[in-house]
Amino acid sequence: MEYFIQQLVNGITLGSIYGLIAIGYTMVYGIIGMINFAHGDIFMIGAFVALISFIIFGLTGVALPIILLLVLLIAMLFTACYGWTVEKLAYKPLRGSFRLAPLISALGMSIVLQNYVQVAQGARVKPMQPLISGGLEFFKNSEFIVTVSYLQIFIVILTIILMGIFTYLITKTDLGRAQRACEQDRTMTALLGINVDRTISITFIIGSSLASVAGMMFVLYYGVIDFYIGFLAGIKAFTAAVLGGIGSLPGAMLGGLLIGLIETFWAGYVSLEYKDVAAFSVLIVVLIFFPTGFLGKPDIEKV
Amino acid sequence: MEKKDIIQSFKDSLFTGLIALALFGPIVGLRTASKGEGLFITPQWGIVFLLVGLCILGRFLINLNSARKTEITFFSKFTSKFSAITEDKAKHFAITAILFAVVFPFLPFTDRYFMDVAIMILTYIMLGWGLNIVVGLAGLLDLGYVAFYAVGAYSYALIATTFGWSFWICLPLAGVFAAFFGILLGFPVLRLRGDYLAIVTLGFGEIIRIILINWYEVTNGPDGITGIPRPSFFGLPFKRSPDEGETSFHLFFNLEYSTMHRIIFLYYLILVLALITNYFTLKIRKLPVGRAWEALREDEIACKSLGVNPTNTKLTAFAIGAMFGGFAGSFFATRQAFISPESFTFIESAIIVAIVVLGGMGSQTGVVLASIFLIGITEMFRDLEQYRMIAFGGAMVLIMVFKPKGILANRKPTILMHGDKK
Repeated sequence: MEYFIQQLVNGITLGSIYGLIAIGYTMVYGIIGMINFAHGDIFMIGAFVALISFIIFGLTGVALPIILLLVLLIAMLFTACYGWTVEKLAYKPLRGSFRLAPLISALGMSIVLQNYVQVAQGARVKPMQPLISGGLEFFKNSEFIVTVSYLQIFIVILTIILMGIFTYLITKTDLGRAQRACEQDRTMTALLGINVDRTISITFIIGSSLASVAGMMFVLYYGVIDFYIGFLAGIKAFTAAVLGGIGSLPGAMLGGLLIGLIETFWAGYVSLEYKDVAAFSVLIVVLIFFPTGFLGKPDIEKV
Repeated sequence: MEKKDIIQSFKDSLFTGLIALALFGPIVGLRTASKGEGLFITPQWGIVFLLVGLCILGRFLINLNSARKTEITFFSKFTSKFSAITEDKAKHFAITAILFAVVFPFLPFTDRYFMDVAIMILTYIMLGWGLNIVVGLAGLLDLGYVAFYAVGAYSYALIATTFGWSFWICLPLAGVFAAFFGILLGFPVLRLRGDYLAIVTLGFGEIIRIILINWYEVTNGPDGITGIPRPSFFGLPFKRSPDEGETSFHLFFNLEYSTMHRIIFLYYLILVLALITNYFTLKIRKLPVGRAWEALREDEIACKSLGVNPTNTKLTAFAIGAMFGGFAGSFFATRQAFISPESFTFIESAIIVAIVVLGGMGSQTGVVLASIFLIGITEMFRDLEQYRMIAFGGAMVLIMVFKPKGILANRKPTILMHGDKK
C-alpha cells in the first residue's frame, strides 16, 4: 500500500511534466491540424536554457525562490523565441500544402534542433546538483516510508498555477477567444478581422513557454539532461495529448497525468526495462479503441 | 527601390538580428562543460556574433533582392523541366543507369572505398524503393520502416547462426518474417488517419528497438549478434583457404585470391535485389491492387464508395513494403557479419523517408537520385558528422518549403481511363 502511494506521488509529478508538454501538441493540433514533431525538441531546448541559467545564477548566491522565478522567466522567454522561429521558418510557408508536408518539415526541424544542440553544447550528458532537497515523510512506522520531496510539491503546485493562468487566458481573454475561433474556422475568423497569423504565432509562443517550464522541471527532477531527451519526452507527451483527446486542453493535462501514472506503475510493478514500451503500447491501444481520446470531439471526415 | 523601403528592410533585419541573438545567445554562446564535479560555462561570444551578423546580412539581402521571386520560379521551372526530361527519356535513363551500375566494379578508378559507398547507396535505394510502395504509392507515411529492416536483419542473423542455413534459404524467410510483422502492425493501425499513423509507426519502430536491446536471451541485447555467416557464391565460399572438402571461389574459377571478389559479389547481390524491388513495383502498379493503392492515396472516401476495401489494400502495401525492408535487412546482416540495435535507430527511418520524399513520392528514379545525393553528401562530409545531420534536417525543411512534391514529382496515376490526356 505504501509502495503504491509512493508510485502515485511519483506518477503525478511525472504526469505534470508530460501534461505541460502535451498542451503544446494539442494546441497546435487544434489550431492548424498538424503534429508539431519538433515540440519535444523545444522542450529539450527549454531544459538547456534552464540548466544554463541555473549555473549562472548559482554563482551569484541569490536566494533560491528568486533564482527559480528568474530561471522560469528566462527559460520561457528564450524558448518562446525558438517556438516562434520554428513556426515562421518551417510551418508557415506550408499552410495549404498537402497534408504530410508540415509533418515532414517538422521532422526535419526536429533533426536540426537536436543536432544543433549537440554541436553547440556537446554530446555528453549534463549533470546538475540538486537545488531543492529534502521532503516530507509519511507512514514512518511502516516498513516502507513514503517520501514526498519538496521538489515534487513544487512541481505539482507550479503546474497547477500555470494551468490556472492558462485556462483563464483561453476562456476569458480576447486572445483565447481568437484562438478558439481559429480552431473552429480559420477563414471565417479572418473575415471577422482577426489576425490569424498572429494568433497562430502566439499559440506557438504559449506552447513553447509551457514546454520550457516542463524542461526546467525535468532538469530539477532528474538532474541530468542531454540533447536527446526531447525525442522520448515528446513522443510520450504526444501520446498524452492523444489519450486525452487531441485538441482538448483539459484532455492534454488528464492524458499527461495518465501517462505519467502508467509509466511509473509499469516501471514499479511490471518491468523497468520496458517502461518506454508501455507508453508506446498505450498510444497504439488508445488509437485503436478510442481514436478521439477521452475528452476529444469525434472527427467527421467530409468529402 | 525607395528610401523608405530600404529603411524598412533595415529595421526588419535588425529585428531578425535580435531574434537570432536570443536564439543563439544562450545555447551557442554559453557552452556548458563538466570539470571535476559540476558544470561550468565557457562563453563563446565570437561565434554568436558571427551567426547573428550572418542572419542580419542574410535577411537584409533577401529583403533588398526583389528578384528573389523570379529566382524561385526559375528553380522550380528548372526542376520541372528536369523531371519532364527524365520522364520522357525514362527508358533510356534507366538503361544507361543500369548499364553503368553493371560495369561500375570494373571501371579503372573503382577501389574498395568506392565499392563500399556504392553498396551502401544501393542498400538505401532498395530501402527507398521498398518504402516507396508504402509512402509513394499507397500514401501512408511510415516513420518506423527501420523496424522491418531490423526484423529482416535479426531473423536472418538468428536463423543463420542457429541453424546454419545458407543465405538463399534465410533471405526469403527473413522477408516473410518482416512481412508478417508488417501485417501484425498494420492490422490494428491502418484505420488511422495519415499523421496518427506516422506517429504510431514511429512508436512501433522504437518498441522493436527496445525489445532488441532488452531481450538478452535471444538478441544478445546491446552487444548484438556476431559471426553471421557471409554469403557464398552458389555454395562456393569466399575464403583464402577453404575447409576440407570445400572449394572456394577463387580456386574454382582459377583466380588469384582477392578480398575484392566478395565485395563485388555483394555489390551485384544488392544490385539484383534492388532491381527486383523496382521491377516488382513497376509491375504491381499496373495490377488492380497497385491501382487501388494509387486511388486510395488520392481519395479514400471515393475508394470506399467504389467498393475498395481500404484496410486490406493498405495492408498489402504495408506487408509488401515490409518484405522488401526485410530482404534489405538480411543483406545488411550478411554484409556486416555483425548487427546490433544501434544500427536501427529512428534516424535511419528518417533518412529513408527523406530519400522517398526528396525523390518525389512515387518516383522510382527520384529515389535513386535522392539516395546518391543524400548518401553521397554524407560520405563527402564524413568528418563533419554533426554538422552533416543539421544540413540533412535543414534540407528536409527547405525542400518541403520550396518544393513540397520533391525533386521529381510523380503523382500522375499510372493508368488513365481514356489514355494519356496530354
